[in-house]
Amino acid sequence: MTPVYKKGGANMNNVMAIINNALDESFLDKLTGHRSLASVPFGARYRLIDFPLSNMVNSGITNVGLLLQTKYRSLMDHIGFGKAWDLDRKRNGLFILPPAHIYQANRAYKGDLQNFASNIDYIKRSTQEYVIIGSPNVVANIDYRDAFKYHIENKNDITIIYRELDVFRRDTTYTVMNTDDNDRIIDMKVDPKKNYYKKISMQRYIMKKDLLLDIIDDCISKGEWDFVKNAIIGNLKNLKVYGYPFRSYAAVINSINGYYKSNLELLKPNVWQDLFLKNGPIYTKPKDEAPTAYKNGVKAKNILAANGCSIKGDVKNSVLFRGVKVHPGAVVKNSVIMQKSEIGPNAYLENVILDKGVQITADKSLKGDTNLPMIIAKNTLV
Amino acid sequence: MPKEEMIAMLLAGGKGTRLGVLTKNIAKPAVPFGAEYRLIDFPLSNCTNSGINTVGVLTQYKPLVLNSYIGSGSSWDLDRHNGGVTVLPPYVKEGGGSWYKGTADAIYQNIEFIDIHDPEYVLVLSGDHIYKMDYAEMLNYHKEKNSDITIAVLEVPWEETHRFGIMNTNENQKIIEFQEKPENAKNNLASMGIYIFSWEYLKKYLKAEAEAEANNDSAGDFGHNIIPKMMADKLNFYAYTFKGYWKDVGTIKSYWQAHMDLLGENPKLDLQDRNWIIYSVNPNRPPQYLSEAAEVNNSMINKGTQIMGTVKNSVLFFGVKVARDAVVEDSVVLPNTRISSGAKIKNSIVGRNVIIEKDVKVGFENDNIETDEIEITVIGDDEVIPESSNIKTGMVVG
Repeated sequence: MTPVYKKGGANMNNVMAIINNALDESFLDKLTGHRSLASVPFGARYRLIDFPLSNMVNSGITNVGLLLQTKYRSLMDHIGFGKAWDLDRKRNGLFILPPAHIYQANRAYKGDLQNFASNIDYIKRSTQEYVIIGSPNVVANIDYRDAFKYHIENKNDITIIYRELDVFRRDTTYTVMNTDDNDRIIDMKVDPKKNYYKKISMQRYIMKKDLLLDIIDDCISKGEWDFVKNAIIGNLKNLKVYGYPFRSYAAVINSINGYYKSNLELLKPNVWQDLFLKNGPIYTKPKDEAPTAYKNGVKAKNILAANGCSIKGDVKNSVLFRGVKVHPGAVVKNSVIMQKSEIGPNAYLENVILDKGVQITADKSLKGDTNLPMIIAKNTLV
Repeated sequence: MPKEEMIAMLLAGGKGTRLGVLTKNIAKPAVPFGAEYRLIDFPLSNCTNSGINTVGVLTQYKPLVLNSYIGSGSSWDLDRHNGGVTVLPPYVKEGGGSWYKGTADAIYQNIEFIDIHDPEYVLVLSGDHIYKMDYAEMLNYHKEKNSDITIAVLEVPWEETHRFGIMNTNENQKIIEFQEKPENAKNNLASMGIYIFSWEYLKKYLKAEAEAEANNDSAGDFGHNIIPKMMADKLNFYAYTFKGYWKDVGTIKSYWQAHMDLLGENPKLDLQDRNWIIYSVNPNRPPQYLSEAAEVNNSMINKGTQIMGTVKNSVLFFGVKVARDAVVEDSVVLPNTRISSGAKIKNSIVGRNVIIEKDVKVGFENDNIETDEIEITVIGDDEVIPESSNIKTGMVVG
């Protein structure tokens, strides 16, 4: 992809990116039973990784490393050689950075800095002077050029993109931070029980590559293994760490309910406009599905649907992924239905998340709570 | 390069005159079809699904959009080390150069290209038909019959035989006579414009035809020049009967009808069949959004659309917006067109990037009361239809 043109936008030729997938994904329960957080389906046709990856490409970054941790088969399948993001390049492009510690005898995992350290050669060898480090657990459409420009002009050591929230979800924990009047970050806490500050980290960090290498070395030499807690928070005092405000839609995915609500939140036109239409498109692996067929007698209201669906029943306030079939008489309400799931005649679903390939047979009725959706695991036959 | 069994030559230079404003800026094979595709996606996908890895696409009329659409061919898995898809426009040779003067002439001018791949058989296709067909089965048939030329045919209603090239066959499916648009047809098997030739023979006849004094270095057309000559020389012609759906979308009416054939409980052409995927250059768009007020029935809708109004028996391409209280019925709406509130559209084809302003009516009032037949109203690309205007049935704007 040619980067989305931006008048006066910073040149990003000198910036590489690393997407840190060494995250705890266990909170998504069955949805991450067989996949990493990065490849969790989101928003009718995407996976979480598509958002940071597309944002980087749209901003003009052409060298992206993906740090892997566990259960990455589905992620690798999705990303391939990075063709969908135009990252199948001769120079630069997409680099898959597998975890090396799994080959060690004791297999003890110490923290995500270990993933950085295992792939230090890639970081060293990359020719870019700057690096942006991102995570797939915050969904947003960000243009990194503004933040990078600010990083350079303000001569920051580290810039962290943040969003100021008025309302905090009770079911979600955040990395919160406090800044002084000049946006210098003076305190930062990871997932505190109480949300001390209104500013949440978007988990996007900009710094010089050499600084990243120094910090990694420094932390590991002291036996510290956590990127955010040690490498970033540990350096708030001795480095110039500044925040850069992001003002559009952002969803933090770190609970089942947060994941469910964020999907349904996309049904608000201002939210999907922010996420899908501003700052360039979100790319994903193409599947060559035919357009969606709405058959005779269908009732479909307030839905987001991907291609390849065949809908004959009654679907309301729901998100349908590719190739979903809804048979006549079936009712689907407030639900997230993933790829190739099939809902039999006269079945009833409310507040349900169906993972990929679930089959609901005729006349079955499944109901979750608005604040605790029922999750049906991949390929289940109900 | 290693010898190949069969390569395909896809004739994509046509202007598609009868499609009028739909081909104003593009070659006919680049005309959008089926909410997501362009016509050329069908033969290209058939090739890749049939295991044909080398396809030459012969272009001539307004090829810019078509060229960039085909690109490296990766959308159809035709980006190959050997072969893949190659766009073949006319070019200048030692003795000068000329436009393609006919279907056979286009192949004749690319003999060098075909010889590079050195195939045993050559499959000749057109870029403007809608169908799903396994060419590998046709080749098996060609070999079984020990045929020199195999022509794919389709049974058509007897009353329509005068519109087609008709193949008169014996009980063995051997073609014994060829009638071009006959008044009194002896058979109802119509040519689909799909041929398998044994390359050795085809090359010989192309050269002979072009070298004939009167033809001025042109091999002419298959239908007028090559096939009759081969017939006269008693080469083995066989008809391969195709049973599936096939549509020549050469006219506005048939283009509209082919779209209606995608709808219904069991559509005549099933695009959702995952065993025979029609590939396309997937436009990357967000999912489709239907609002609380949306009323959608019996329609095919692509991604990137926003539906706030009513859509019935229609096909909507990507990026189409239908505002509140707008009604789209029995129509085809091409990419990125906006239909404002209160507008009503019936039995129409609306082009790309059109803006239909508020309370416009398209295709409702009919001056020609005589006819019972549905008349299609057409709005060309990039038109803006001002507020409250009334575009009468059968009109063409643009």
